[in-house]
Amino acid sequence: MQITVNGEPMETPDNITAAELIRRLDLENERLAMEINEQIAPRSRHDQIVIQPGDKVEIVRAIGGG
Amino acid sequence: MPIEADTLNINGRIFHSRLLVGTGKYRDMEETRLAIEASGAEIITVAIRRTNIGQNPGEANLLDTLPADKYTYLPNTAGCYSAEDAVRTCRLARELLDDHTLVKLEVLGDEKTLFPHVTETLKAAQTLVDEGFEVMVYTNDDPIIARELEQIGCVAVMPLAAPIGSGLGIRNPYNILEIIENANVPVIVDAGVGTASDAAVAMELGCDGVLMNTAIAAAQNPVLMASAMKKAIEAGREAFLAGRMPRKRYASASSPIDGTFF
Repeated sequence: MQITVNGEPMETPDNITAAELIRRLDLENERLAMEINEQIAPRSRHDQIVIQPGDKVEIVRAIGGG
Repeated sequence: MPIEADTLNINGRIFHSRLLVGTGKYRDMEETRLAIEASGAEIITVAIRRTNIGQNPGEANLLDTLPADKYTYLPNTAGCYSAEDAVRTCRLARELLDDHTLVKLEVLGDEKTLFPHVTETLKAAQTLVDEGFEVMVYTNDDPIIARELEQIGCVAVMPLAAPIGSGLGIRNPYNILEIIENANVPVIVDAGVGTASDAAVAMELGCDGVLMNTAIAAAQNPVLMASAMKKAIEAGREAFLAGRMPRKRYASASSPIDGTFF
């Protein structure tokens, strides 16, 4: 299925969970937060959240800023 | 009042440094770490941005370089031009930082000036306060809006000294003074400070603190400027507490006239 991650189109297996997506992107050791269709996807539920075709996923981190 | 007992209280969180610093615009992570250490700051702002996917693996992480046991993070909403984007950013920050509720709200109105978009700021502040955030709010040097933001429930009001990154110093000291005199929450000058004397002026006016980034990061020697800013904040604060002498138009001799032999 196709989803959008950080503004870029991405092909993923169907029924991928948020946790699987993070592993697939090699981000499992990163401090990050995830939003799906502008709703927070809480870390504690990443194993249960199933991403749907067409979902818009944002994965963010903290960087330097003023 | 002994200076040791003089602390900054933001919604019950107690800090000993009145200098708050940003973490942007440094050459690299090591310079960031050294400058922030030299500043003595306890509160540091961070920005929330997209994770690079498939790039820079093993890149140093800001949150590891500046660990949470040493610093209080103040995630900002820099780059947001609407209340909606600012609220989204704060929600992501809360998730990222494990239910951290202290945020710096800034909603911008214009790319050239980066002046606050006041009406969007008010809207976002209300939503964030309703959702349990502790909002430190970047705003104009407008005493009426500062009062409104306090009434909404913001835990600190942060008027600009001058445009972000301009280094012009406090352009409107009487407005800042008016904001300080009216406020029951800390007033922190945020943005526009250029050098140590600007920070001292803010503190001498009675500000509770100063938040800066570019003034340190864009100095020729950021680590040395961070140290200068630390001293300026302390000097300005002590001068404010000491109470300056009145300004007089004419001279007043410091040595006694009595006992002159000429």
